[in-house]
Amino acid sequence: MKFQGSDLSDITTIISENQLDCQSGRWDDIIHSAKPADVEKQLDCVPGKYSIERLAVLISPAASNYLEVMARQAHELTTQRFGRTIQLYAPLYLSNHCVNNCLYCGYNTDSDFERTRLSIEEALSDARIIAEEGFRHILLVSGEDPRYVSVDYLVQLAGELRKTFSSISIEIFPMETDQYKALFDAGIDGITLYQETYDRKLYGHYHPAGPKRDYDFRIRTHDRAAKAGMRRLGIGTLLGLCNWRQDTLALGEHAGYLMKKYWRSQVSFSFPRLRPALNVADNFEHLVGDTEMVQMMLALRLCFADAGIVLSTRERAGFRDNLLKLAVTRLSAGSKTNPGGYSGKNDSAQQFQIDDNRTPDQMAGVIKTAGLEAVWKDWDASFAAE
Amino acid sequence: MNDTLKIADKQFSSRLFIGTGKYASNEIMARSIEASQSQMVTVALRRVDIDNENDDMLAAIDREKYLLLPNTSGARDCEEAVRLAKLARAASGINWLKLEVTPDPYYLLPDGTETLKAAEILVKDGFVVLPYINADPILAKKLQDVGTATVMPLASPIGSNQGLKTRASLEIIIEQATVPVVVDAGLGLPSHAAAAMEMGADAVLVNTAIATAEDPIAMGEAFKLAVIAGRQAYLAGKAAEQTKAQASSPLTGFLRNES
Repeated sequence: MKFQGSDLSDITTIISENQLDCQSGRWDDIIHSAKPADVEKQLDCVPGKYSIERLAVLISPAASNYLEVMARQAHELTTQRFGRTIQLYAPLYLSNHCVNNCLYCGYNTDSDFERTRLSIEEALSDARIIAEEGFRHILLVSGEDPRYVSVDYLVQLAGELRKTFSSISIEIFPMETDQYKALFDAGIDGITLYQETYDRKLYGHYHPAGPKRDYDFRIRTHDRAAKAGMRRLGIGTLLGLCNWRQDTLALGEHAGYLMKKYWRSQVSFSFPRLRPALNVADNFEHLVGDTEMVQMMLALRLCFADAGIVLSTRERAGFRDNLLKLAVTRLSAGSKTNPGGYSGKNDSAQQFQIDDNRTPDQMAGVIKTAGLEAVWKDWDASFAAE
Repeated sequence: MNDTLKIADKQFSSRLFIGTGKYASNEIMARSIEASQSQMVTVALRRVDIDNENDDMLAAIDREKYLLLPNTSGARDCEEAVRLAKLARAASGINWLKLEVTPDPYYLLPDGTETLKAAEILVKDGFVVLPYINADPILAKKLQDVGTATVMPLASPIGSNQGLKTRASLEIIIEQATVPVVVDAGLGLPSHAAAAMEMGADAVLVNTAIATAEDPIAMGEAFKLAVIAGRQAYLAGKAAEQTKAQASSPLTGFLRNES
């Protein structure tokens, strides 16, 4: 059994060629046939270079006995490439209006609660608090409903935010290239968008209606963003929806594809795990434990030396602290996941529960204790055209 | 012996330039720079508020002792680098600039075409430009022709600690350059720095190897000593390498053995 070599024409072809979009036998056989000797051979290579064969070995059950060695290599590689630093950012939730009904999400359109969309003024008032906490990197987050969060709204908001923030990214819904271009010209330089799962059948199951149902449009989002000039491309899967090994291989292929084809943009990985949320059932078949998540993170680092690795406050404090030294390069802190949350608005619904309630200051202290420097500014608004 | 390095209108007794990224704290950075006795410290404009004297990183660098050399790390093309440089100069008054145009965010290799374009614009605009380049001798000449104050060719990919992988091209640049040659990027050990100086480089720039060492302060000093040793060896003139004595002359022996 072997993986197919892939060309760069289209991400959907790459994923389907190796049957990573379905619960097939091929990738499963390859992963489960990895022996300790295969793992040792990979760990003898110079770390940081990607091939799907290497990733398959590193996420195999056989490799789970080598986590300490993998962690040491990942730590050394991350230190060499990124230094003893952790970049901090804060999410700003703009709106919980949403037309999709993702079965795992608190913003699900069928979920009955009073929706909020921040006005520009309200968003700026949250942003001021974020800036006072020291942040210069901000991530704008919202549900999908262009009636409430439109390109014009984002352009206007970015125009104000860039006076204070060095880097503005978005984690919203997929857009067209010309829309991304308008946002890029307004000073938004990065996007994060998770495929949730690369498995088509499960994707269909979890996204029964709404524009998000379109798997192909979503998986090509980063292509459109990169063509519009976006410099930071965040990818990830929602851990818990699908076999994590299958989705990690797909994620690796997606990253490898983006890095080769859009070589001017930097790819980063996030590891969102399913969290309890409003009106959401919590019986998921593929929930991912700490050990598996760590193996996934280490395997990706050992394949992608220069990829950003992002960790949010979805994860609990102690776990986050332990991950700091493994491979993480970017961390959120003091996050409020409900619109207006920073300004003390407590009645709007949050997307998911956060599990690390420490303030940004406290987090910076923890980073320092770990022998790392908290970096608040690592970009400059003047990179973007005026 | 008066062996100072002259760049534009400034003289330096140290031939070691230091980068400021990747340190575990600004305090360790400051002490490492101190131990290195460098006089030129480069700072990424993306990392600092250049117009804010209380910026944590800027505040840790003693401007009386070190010339602050802002760099355009992160710029993807000429336009971005020029815009960043001009805004930074307007805010800080500093007209020295380490020009970096690195469109590939992974290996951070410099784009020669865009660097040359930006250098020409910035030199005309009054900047003292120190461009980061691949070890490309022709590009080095073109840059000195448009008036850059130095050239800064890389020894190997930035942050890789691989040492003098571009040795053959560096030797040509050093041989031909009319401006100081600062070997930048990839020097992972003091011995790499010493070797670059022995080759005749005018200075070296080091960041990752010091910042990510177990003891960055001690490593800063080690690089100081290596640069001094390498420079002194270069000035001393190296002894000719001895060819091995030949016990016999299998090909020409017949000339003597005749008769």
